[in-house]
Amino acid sequence: MKHIIIIGNGISGITAARHIRKLSNHKITVISAETDYFFSRTALMYIYMGHMKFENTKPYEDWFWKKNKIDLVRAFVSDIRTTDKELVLDNGSKLNYDSLILAVGSKPNKFGWPGQDLKGVQGLYSYQDLQSMEEYSAGIEKAVVVGGGLIGVEMAEMLLSRNISVSFLVREESFWNVVLPKEESQMINRHVLEHHVDLRLSTELKEILPDENGRARSVVTNHGEEIPCQFVGLTAGVSPNIDFLKNSGIETQRGIMVDRFLATSEPDVYAIGDCAQFREPLLNRRPIEQVWYTGRMMGEVVAHTICKEKTAYKPGIWFNSAKFFDIEYQTYGHVWATLKENESQFYWEHQDGKKCVKFVFDKESRVLLGVNTFGIRLRHEVMDEWLRNKKTVEFVLQNLKKANFDPEFFKRHEREIVDSFNKQNSEANLNLVN
Amino acid sequence: MKFIKTIGLLLFLVGFGIFNATFFLASYQLSEDIINQQIPDDTKNALFKARASGLLEEPVSSNFTFVNRITTVFEEINREALENYAINESEIDQIIAGAQSDNGYNFQIKELSKIYSEDDPILQFKLKAFSDYGSWLDGRTFSDEGDFRSNLQNVADNIKTYGIINQKGFDKYTIKNLQYSLTKAASNGPVSDNPANFLWLTYILCIVGAMMYILPKIKDGPPGIKNNRIFHSAMKNVGWLGILTGTYLILFYIFLYFYPEYMTSWIIMVDPVSMFLKGSEAGRFFLYGFIYTLCILVMGVRMLIKYRHSRYQMVRTASVMFFQTAFAFLIPEILLRLNQPYFDFKNIWPLDYDFFFDNELSTLVNNGGLGVFMLVWGIALVLVAVPVFVYFFGKRWYCSWVCGCGGLAETLGDPYRQLSNKSLKAWRVERVLIHSVLGFAVLMTIGVLYTYFTGAGSLLGVSTYKVREVYGAWIGAGFAGVVGTGFYPFMGNRVWCRFGCPLAAYLGFVQRFKSRFRITTNGGQCISCGNCSTYCEMGIDVRWYAQRGQNIVRSSCVGCGVCSSVCPRGVLNLENKDEKGRFGDPILIGNDSFKVQS
Repeated sequence: MKHIIIIGNGISGITAARHIRKLSNHKITVISAETDYFFSRTALMYIYMGHMKFENTKPYEDWFWKKNKIDLVRAFVSDIRTTDKELVLDNGSKLNYDSLILAVGSKPNKFGWPGQDLKGVQGLYSYQDLQSMEEYSAGIEKAVVVGGGLIGVEMAEMLLSRNISVSFLVREESFWNVVLPKEESQMINRHVLEHHVDLRLSTELKEILPDENGRARSVVTNHGEEIPCQFVGLTAGVSPNIDFLKNSGIETQRGIMVDRFLATSEPDVYAIGDCAQFREPLLNRRPIEQVWYTGRMMGEVVAHTICKEKTAYKPGIWFNSAKFFDIEYQTYGHVWATLKENESQFYWEHQDGKKCVKFVFDKESRVLLGVNTFGIRLRHEVMDEWLRNKKTVEFVLQNLKKANFDPEFFKRHEREIVDSFNKQNSEANLNLVN
Repeated sequence: MKFIKTIGLLLFLVGFGIFNATFFLASYQLSEDIINQQIPDDTKNALFKARASGLLEEPVSSNFTFVNRITTVFEEINREALENYAINESEIDQIIAGAQSDNGYNFQIKELSKIYSEDDPILQFKLKAFSDYGSWLDGRTFSDEGDFRSNLQNVADNIKTYGIINQKGFDKYTIKNLQYSLTKAASNGPVSDNPANFLWLTYILCIVGAMMYILPKIKDGPPGIKNNRIFHSAMKNVGWLGILTGTYLILFYIFLYFYPEYMTSWIIMVDPVSMFLKGSEAGRFFLYGFIYTLCILVMGVRMLIKYRHSRYQMVRTASVMFFQTAFAFLIPEILLRLNQPYFDFKNIWPLDYDFFFDNELSTLVNNGGLGVFMLVWGIALVLVAVPVFVYFFGKRWYCSWVCGCGGLAETLGDPYRQLSNKSLKAWRVERVLIHSVLGFAVLMTIGVLYTYFTGAGSLLGVSTYKVREVYGAWIGAGFAGVVGTGFYPFMGNRVWCRFGCPLAAYLGFVQRFKSRFRITTNGGQCISCGNCSTYCEMGIDVRWYAQRGQNIVRSSCVGCGVCSSVCPRGVLNLENKDEKGRFGDPILIGNDSFKVQS
């Protein structure tokens, strides 16, 4: 029986713990400085908005951990001595491990803006960030959110739920356009505006000005405009939370360097989730994947490696999802912000401007490469199979009904979509299969 | 918009305030006419008048005092009757003495005439009563005096409870009815002077106010999930407002089921509606049905606006609004107007627990054509509709589309759905409770049918009348009403449906074991956020299944579809598909490293 220590009780660490427990009888200790129990980080926004209580965001009841013999330790790891396979905690105690899994997550990016450490200036990643946001946004009227990504739009939504008006500074000329193609990005622009967010595209933060108490009172943009506010959300991405590893000897760059097997430079030390950086990124993947789903998969893989056999991280067809205010987004396969040379696309948008589907396919072979869908739910299983089996865009469109995952009675758009495809491609004459 | 909402809220509160004020607004005075009308029996009428003269002279200003005073009258009459007519100790002594013989005590009914002389009417009553209630002792011999005495005492007690109270006084059912009918008839005041005016001042004001509060919500931003600040609300998270609302509902139900005599002003107020619909005065259950239907309609409009982005929710809400208004409220009243039996065509045994009660059966059977059709219809619902529809659509076809309890839960109760307990412990309690109630309902009905067919009042030594009385009070009124609705603001909107409803248990069996219905989870898209579990009114931990990629097949799921609506990642979908693979292996799509069994 080995002692496996996992640092971090987010989705990656907890998935690893659960799977190690399924596969073995090893002693498992999960250390977290953040919370006593695992909660869903993606649900922090809902606590702030009053959709849920913190209790509701815990995926497992508190008895679950004891029953499954997963020891939970609330502490901050101050030092890792890999030669002795020993951890030092901030309370002075020491723990020895046989295998160590680093699942320490990220922290919000700060790019050296003047005033970035003022009171009322923060990102949103941890439970403590949520508490701080509660404290500094209480009773205020105006906030500025900086950074046009997923957390930015979530933070805007959160603040609006408390009747705090929001200016949303986005460096790019359209929301999240490093990921979303133009049409989709513009749809979200419109939707953000519909929610009365003061969306400032092509606008960067220059500095944050303090009041006499050291609290943010306004931001100044690169256009020289000063926007008064009492709260500033910094949501320009996150980076691995690895400061505490400086003296550990574990090799890091932006993140903790790992190979295909999630092993770090030190023996029996693994890194998974947001904090892991692949020495050799997988095809079409980033070296650091900061996504719930990939964190979970890495947890599954590392458990397999420790308990069964050395297993490489080998994710299948890419998928992701999000929600921008009221518009749900799903993606399967790869849809890049701009088409690659070999790619062609078909885009359909509903007349209300809140639903759209984009199909990207190979020009030559017509094989589907990726799908973006907004406001229409697609069936993961079906999309995964079609992408895996290299179905053509024509096949996919004809069989589109099979991929729909919208609730009963919802208006269906397959007919319109196929008609639109036929219209856009004069040689096409597709029929919808029921 | 905010202005209109504020005015609406004010109007609602004013209407609601007037409604509650009318509870205390009447004065009560009996008259000869009222007594003659309500107590047609000459002897009892005279007994009552003799003692109630005080109530005829001047009005009593409080319903509590008035009910108290007439209750005292009944008690006095009963006490006096017992004093006069009860078999007393000395008479029992005499009987024992008279029956003594060499080999013990030999009881002969005819010997009683020695004690009870024939010219005194009181003694004559006693003689007759003893012959009626003690004939089973006739000719029996007891060796032991104590044994003999206790048997005689037993007879004397029965005479007290049944003979004397029924013939010379008022039994408890009659008292209960008279308390209500006398109070209602004796009620004077602004409401009884002009009930229609008060209908406007209360119901119409409340409805208009509520609509002014609800309709502007259309402008509260684009369609989409509207759960902001629910857990910050004093109403929706067991704050002071929720506690107050729950307490009010609990009290309302206690009055409705157990003390309707106090709420006569409210019943008088809806007399004009009742006269219009069925041509006779309202009773308490007309009042209840009227309020119930209005709640479903008004809060149904709220639901339609709140979930206007989801056609499933809109169609479903329209369905419960329709079934309540037409099937539960209008059709039964119209049937009464046509001199047909009152019948709710969508109410199903064992939720409709008195469907097989002898008086109900007799009404239907004696009615002929339509009545027999109703009887067959009701049985077909239990035996055919439940299994067939649940097989094809899951229990939702009833619980969240048709049922009245479900209708109220999904409309009036929607603001409280997040308060259901999701713990494993609650699930255990739920299974024990709901199946116990189902067992109770089945046993009670077996007893009732036994009595109907054999005429015997008890089965295995248990009185079937007593059993149905207990079920009616504790389950029918207490659990389904007081707890079922009164606990909305404390334990969520499906307390009854989840922990108590025997029909839900029956539907649940079919749903769990033989149905095409399931909630599908979408590959690997779940982010464990917990919205689905939080907003599951039945307290199902939906996330537990979703995050491991497992279909949700649970007997309690009523298919409201809210888990699917609130999911931010499009993970959940209610589907009717081939039974094969319905339970499915828990598999999350996306990891090709090895076959992941979550």
